[in-house]
Amino acid sequence: MSTILKTEKLRVEFRSREMRQATKVALLGLDLEVGTGEIFGFLGPNGAGKTTTMNVLLGFVPPTKGAAYLFGIDVRQPIARQRIGYLPEMTYYYKFLSAEELLRFYGKIFGLSRAVADRRIPELLKLVELEHAARRPIKSYSKGMQQRVGLAQALINDPDLLILDEPTSGLDPLGRMKVREIIQRLKNEGKTVFFSSHELGEVESVCDRVAIIHQGELKAIGRVADITGSHANLEKAFLEIIGYQPQPAS
Amino acid sequence: MNNIFAVAGVVIKELYRRKDFYVLFIVTILICMVMASVNIFNDAKIVRYLKEISLDLIWLCSLVIAVTTTARQIPAERENRTLLPLLAKPLTRAQLILGKFLGCWLACGLALLCFYAFFGALAASREHHWPLLNYVQAASMHWFMLGVIVAFALFGSLVFAAPSSNSTICFVLIGGILFVGRHLDQQALKLSEPARTLVDCIYFAIPHLEFYDMRDLVIHNWPLIGWEYIGVALLYAAFYMAVFLLAACVVFRRKPVN
Repeated sequence: MSTILKTEKLRVEFRSREMRQATKVALLGLDLEVGTGEIFGFLGPNGAGKTTTMNVLLGFVPPTKGAAYLFGIDVRQPIARQRIGYLPEMTYYYKFLSAEELLRFYGKIFGLSRAVADRRIPELLKLVELEHAARRPIKSYSKGMQQRVGLAQALINDPDLLILDEPTSGLDPLGRMKVREIIQRLKNEGKTVFFSSHELGEVESVCDRVAIIHQGELKAIGRVADITGSHANLEKAFLEIIGYQPQPAS
Repeated sequence: MNNIFAVAGVVIKELYRRKDFYVLFIVTILICMVMASVNIFNDAKIVRYLKEISLDLIWLCSLVIAVTTTARQIPAERENRTLLPLLAKPLTRAQLILGKFLGCWLACGLALLCFYAFFGALAASREHHWPLLNYVQAASMHWFMLGVIVAFALFGSLVFAAPSSNSTICFVLIGGILFVGRHLDQQALKLSEPARTLVDCIYFAIPHLEFYDMRDLVIHNWPLIGWEYIGVALLYAAFYMAVFLLAACVVFRRKPVN
């Protein structure tokens, strides 16, 4: 299994805009490695540094120290993003375009030929169950449908690595199940999926390995079963790893 | 280049799917039709007033379309978070800026084409002749002036957070340049140092948009301007477009995406 995603001693600091406030450290020497064909869950409480890590991997934020690589290429080079798909959390796509037009637009950016796009777009719309709404403007879509368009755009280039930032956030149980099915299907096709989520039950059911970060530091990494260990489930293990102390009931 | 054209294509689609352009175009047509139906004092030269009002409206509408369309491009991408999936693809920030610029500029060109076609038809219906080359000169100069404005508004959209503040600043600066810009050198002569040098510097630094105002040529059917002068004016506009786009690329490169 070759490494597809790697971070080395990744440190990210944000300088505060206000003079008297100290520099905020978002990531503290993060070391991660994700292999080909893995479904990797990236967990942590809010503000732990999950989105910052993804932002570094996508070239949105430059690392203060350390380095990050996708397919062995430094993430600061745009070519590193040629074989990835990315689904951000809570995105509202161009309201005046239809799903088909949106996918064609993103396909052009990946340099897909017209023939390939003509074949790929209906396939993706079928995968995310949006064939019936393909020509309707996105502004008429429900939240779940918008999330599925997002998933389709992330897959337009048939990526080898998929980076998903809370893909089931805000979806109803049916929508969540559909996203899980798609992730499972991608795994069966040999794709690598790197995703963050707060739905630990979902992570437990689909992930091969997980990493838990807290306050910018990697607290645990390994197979789901190893991390769960003697705990009843991943949620219990997660809470213990981040040092959560339940308040005694009064 | 493919990436730039892809981004530009979306901007053009946005313009023709929104109502702004249609509203401005229909309002212009209605005002001009009403003006054309009035014949004050049986004056044979009344057509010149009609042409002047039509061109004033076209100028005003084109400025509104150029500034408002451009000013919302990047802020809307940020607000709706579409910037994230876009920049997660093999698209550089410079390509995004150039694509947005090209889209807005071409969209303005398409809008101008509609406006000038209407103007030509209106003038021809009264004057019974169609000085096509005069219209080509006026429209091409107008379009290049809009290019400078689009590049400036795009740069402004990266500096000012809200599209409304960017639009207001753009309108104030454009109005200032169009009405005051040409007189700055004469005003400088009346001032003492260091104000004189300062005003002179401003005079030479600002893009002189008034060079591109060829309304009188069209209204009074004056002879054509030499094409070499038109070429120099277009190069002058291209220089300012490049300066503003370069500044936009530099600012955008340093800006956090979210």
